[in-house]
Amino acid sequence: MIALLTRDLRLATRAGGGFGLSLAFFLILVTLVPFGVGPEASRLTLIAPGILWVGALLASLLSLDRIFALDFEDGTLDQLATAPVPLEAVATMKALAHWLTTGLPLALIAPVLGILLHLPSAAMPWLTVSLLVGTPALSVIGAFGAGLTVGLKRGGLLLSLLVLPLYVPTLIFGAEVVRRGAEGTATATPLAFLAAITLASLAGLPYATAAAIRVNLR
Amino acid sequence: MSIWDYANPRKFMQTSGVVLPWIAGLAMLMLTVGLFWGFFFTPDDYKQGSTVKIIYIHVPAAFIAINAWAMMLVTSLIWLIRRHHVSALAAKAAAPVGLVMTLIALLTGAIWGQPMWGTWWAWDPRLTSFLILLLFYLGYIALWDAIENPDAAADLTSVLCLVGSIFAFLSRYAVLFWSQGLHQGASLSVDSEEHVSNVFAYPLWLCIAGFVMLFVALVLIRTRTEIRARRLSALEARDRMA
Amino acid sequence: MDLTVTDLALARGGMAVLSGVSFRLQACQALILRGPNGAGKTTLLRAIAGLQPTLAGQISPGADQIAYAAHADAVKGALTVAENLCFWASVYGTPGIERALEEMHLQGLRDRPAQNLSAGQKRRLGLARLLLSGRPIWILDEPTVSLDAESTVLFGRILRDHLARGGVALMATHIDLGLPDIAVLDLAPFRATAQGIALATAPAGFDEAFL
Repeated sequence: MIALLTRDLRLATRAGGGFGLSLAFFLILVTLVPFGVGPEASRLTLIAPGILWVGALLASLLSLDRIFALDFEDGTLDQLATAPVPLEAVATMKALAHWLTTGLPLALIAPVLGILLHLPSAAMPWLTVSLLVGTPALSVIGAFGAGLTVGLKRGGLLLSLLVLPLYVPTLIFGAEVVRRGAEGTATATPLAFLAAITLASLAGLPYATAAAIRVNLR
Repeated sequence: MSIWDYANPRKFMQTSGVVLPWIAGLAMLMLTVGLFWGFFFTPDDYKQGSTVKIIYIHVPAAFIAINAWAMMLVTSLIWLIRRHHVSALAAKAAAPVGLVMTLIALLTGAIWGQPMWGTWWAWDPRLTSFLILLLFYLGYIALWDAIENPDAAADLTSVLCLVGSIFAFLSRYAVLFWSQGLHQGASLSVDSEEHVSNVFAYPLWLCIAGFVMLFVALVLIRTRTEIRARRLSALEARDRMA
Repeated sequence: MDLTVTDLALARGGMAVLSGVSFRLQACQALILRGPNGAGKTTLLRAIAGLQPTLAGQISPGADQIAYAAHADAVKGALTVAENLCFWASVYGTPGIERALEEMHLQGLRDRPAQNLSAGQKRRLGLARLLLSGRPIWILDEPTVSLDAESTVLFGRILRDHLARGGVALMATHIDLGLPDIAVLDLAPFRATAQGIALATAPAGFDEAFL
């Protein structure tokens, strides 16, 4: 299992792996927002928590279709399905690799982009914490969507349509943590909900993902 | 004779063919009476005037919109567990009906909200939940359309319906957390103090019953069409084999 | 290790393609599937490998004794030959890759990124996974495609060694691999007909239920 994780990380960081692409996308998105809404600091401060979370969400969406599609095309998924490893564990590890290459770096550079959007400094730690707690759910849910659409020729667009509604609860609680952090009110409740969503997704969704992959392989 | 006998496509076609005209007729009768009663023979509300009468479409449509998804969840589970084709096809048939009902609920709500709340749209929990429900319907229908193999499509959409139900339920409560709403509480309930008075409630119940009948009739028609389409492709395939 | 297939019926895309397929392979035996394109060779191989549900019939032993080599090589171009093999070795819990490298004549290529390999070399890399799997039953779908004459002979030798060690091989191929104890199964008589399968028991994956 660890072998699968290290292989995926290695593939992501080699040439053509697309590592860093979602980071660049996140940066561009945050740069574009002030062009759209105007440079006033007060306005940016107000919308920064939402923009940063929506940006993180879209950035992680960007690389979802690579989770299984490449392995499906070159036959690796067939081999993994017949190998002595449960497909559920494969799905979990793939989601984890996706998180390590998108969610984790996003969470770490988010405070820098928070400065660009005049996010109050009180909210900075909450931004990182909420992204660290919430983005694993995005990867696990995204892996489910990728598993559903892995056999399809034009799966990319459909994948977004399927996955984005599933992201709603995560987005609501994640952005709420940052907003409350900026206001200086208690963040424990939304953070607890966010953690609950992440843990529940992690515990349950790999079964659905594996089931979807099995259907797509046959 | 168990209920599963109706899972046989031939038996289903036979029985549904017999009951369909009755259900369709009943739907038409109930809706005609209910809507006329509601529109022309109930008093105007003292605050809302005649706009209140939109509830005779709005509430039943919203009711069907939610329960259509619940029905899809049940039929998807039946497909996943018992592998009855008719069940999967019924879920497929119900989705567009549910989508249209969701749209009707959203549109009639907007038409009513404009004079009452002074806005076509508000990010109110109920309204937002319905918008999310609309997205779930769209995704579900798009997934059916995207997959060529009918059984793989049935499997994958069933899994999506299952997972989607959990997340739709979660969204419903997450949205409550996120915004306090404008929308009034339940229009109809058995025990609550806050609901519409009986003058409005009787025709409303009739309209809801009519919408349910309409939904059943539409789903039956669409399921029959799906079964015929599958039968056709099976016949063509047998022709090719022979 | 025996491979026993009893009364197997299979569907593809909702259509029955094969029915009543039965055969038994004892240790050291190889069986070659024959049949025109679309006869269901790949479908049968994938079903035995456990990737596809069956309509009826039994396959024994389970998929955990079976190694499957498909059309696709399942090779990652961004990784080197050794990295590719190391990954599968740890998936199968096999201690080393040296033997597989040696038998497939891949030592000289071990640090070459797989994307720089020729099609035949990639094929050899894909087939090396069979040796890593350590499983007794090999399911091979056109294993010699894009192999040159020399590599084909090499693979034939590896296959003979595998059979000599008590292994079993089931393959779809048109090439003579020079195997001693070999049987041929023509799939044409097993082509499914509408009458071939009891409709009452036809589970999902079978459109005849609608007729």
